[in-house]
Amino acid sequence: MILASAPVIPSFGKPDPCVTQDHAFCWGWVKAHWGDTLQPALLQHLQLAAIAVGIGFAIAFAAGLLAHRRRWLAHPFGIVSALVYTIPSLALFQLLVPFTGIGTATVELALVAYTLVILLPNILAGLDAAGEDVLEAARGVGYTRRQILWRVELPLAVPTIVAGLRIAVVSTISIATIAAFLLPKGLGYPIFLALREPTPFRTEIYSAGALAVLLALAADFALVMLQRGLVPWARRQRA
Amino acid sequence: MGEEAARVILADAFQPHTFLDAFRFIGDHPVFLLQKAAEQLELSGAALGIALAVALPLGIVLGHFHRGSSLAVGTSIVGRALPSLVLIGVLLTVLGVGFVNNMVALAVLASGPILTNAYQGVDAVDRDVVEAARGMGMSHRQTLARVELPLALPLLFAGIRIAAVTVVATAPIAAIAGGGGLGDIIVNQASYRLEGVLGASICVMALSALVFVLFLGVQRLLTPAGLRRPGVELPRA
Repeated sequence: MILASAPVIPSFGKPDPCVTQDHAFCWGWVKAHWGDTLQPALLQHLQLAAIAVGIGFAIAFAAGLLAHRRRWLAHPFGIVSALVYTIPSLALFQLLVPFTGIGTATVELALVAYTLVILLPNILAGLDAAGEDVLEAARGVGYTRRQILWRVELPLAVPTIVAGLRIAVVSTISIATIAAFLLPKGLGYPIFLALREPTPFRTEIYSAGALAVLLALAADFALVMLQRGLVPWARRQRA
Repeated sequence: MGEEAARVILADAFQPHTFLDAFRFIGDHPVFLLQKAAEQLELSGAALGIALAVALPLGIVLGHFHRGSSLAVGTSIVGRALPSLVLIGVLLTVLGVGFVNNMVALAVLASGPILTNAYQGVDAVDRDVVEAARGMGMSHRQTLARVELPLALPLLFAGIRIAAVTVVATAPIAAIAGGGGLGDIIVNQASYRLEGVLGASICVMALSALVFVLFLGVQRLLTPAGLRRPGVELPRA
C-alpha cells in the first residue's frame, strides 16, 4: 500500500498576473507560448496555403495553356468559376467531408478550388496580352507556335499571372483560417479556441490574427519582388 | 475540437450517403431552416446597408475628384489580407458577443469591394466625356448624376454584388461569435449531427448563389442600354 507523501496537485508554474487579470494584451503570454502555440500554427498555416497555391497553380497553368489553344473552353470555365467563388468556404469544407473525411485533404481540396478560380482567368488573360502585331512579328521571324508561346506570350503574361498569384495567395491565407472549424491546424485555430471560451482570451486572438495578416502581406510582398526579378522591363508599368 | 473528437466524427464520414441524410434534414426541418436563413439575411442586410451608406458615397466622391487612390487601393489590399475570422474575433473583444459585433464586422468586410469599385468606376470614366459635360454647363452634381454615375454603374454595382455575396457567405462564420443564422447549425455539430451541418451548409450555399444571381440580374437591369450592347468597352476593373 502506497501512502501519498506529497500533494498530487500538479504544478502549472506561477500564473501570469497579466493573463489572470485579463489584460488586453500580454507580451508574456506571447513569448511563453510562441513555441507551443503560435509558431506551429504559423508553420501549419504556411504549409496549408503553400500546398494549395502550388497545386492550384500547376493545374491552372496546364488548363490555361489548353484553353488558350481551344478558345471555346474559356467561356464555360468563366461561369463555373464565378459560381464556385460564391460558395462560402465554411460550407464547402463541410460539404467535402462525406467524400474526403475530416482531414487536411478536405481543406486542401477546397483551397485548391478557390485558387483555381482566381488563377485560371488571370493566366488566360495574361496569355492573350500579346497583341496581334507582336504575334505577327514573331511569326515573321520564323518562330514556331511553341516558340511563340514560351518566348513571347509567356514572358508578356508574367505581370498578369503574378497579379493573379498575389490575389490567390492572399485569399488562400485568409480562407485557410476557416480551416480551423474543421481541423486543429493553422492560425485560425488559436482564434477559434479563444472565441469559444466564455470570456474570449484577447491576447491569443490579437497575436494569431496579427500573424495571419502579416503572413498575407509578407507573401504579397515576396511575389512583388519575384515579379521584379522575372520581368525587370515591366517595373514601371505596375505600381 | 481535439484529435479524438475528430476521429469520432470520422466514423460517420467517408460516406457519401450522409449527403442524402443532409437533404432529408432539409426536408424535415424546412421552417426551422427558413427561420435561420431569415436571421442570416437580416444580419447580412443590416451589414450591407451600413457598408453602402458609408463606403458608397465616399468612393463616388473620391472618384469624382480623382483623389485618394491610395485609400481605395489600400482598402482593397488590406480587406483581402484581413481574414474574416480575425476581424470577427478582434471586433468581438471590443464590441462583445452578439448581433452588433457581427453586423459591424460584416459591414467592414463589405466596405472594401464597395469602396474600391465605386472609386474605380467613377475615376475611370473617360475624362473627355466629363469635360464635354462640364463644357455644356453641367454642374459638378449634374455631371456626377447624369454622366459619371451611369457610366460607372456596371463596375459600381459589381462591387455591391461582390460585397453582398461576401457578407452572406461570411455570416455563418459569425455564428462562432453568437451570430444566429444558418451558421448556428454549422458550428453545432454536437446537436445537429453531420447531416444537420451538411444540410445547413447546402442552404448557405444556395443562399449565396441566390444572392449572386439576384444581384447579377439587378446589375443587368440597371446597366444603361448603351453600355449593354456587346462590343462596347466597359470601364476596366
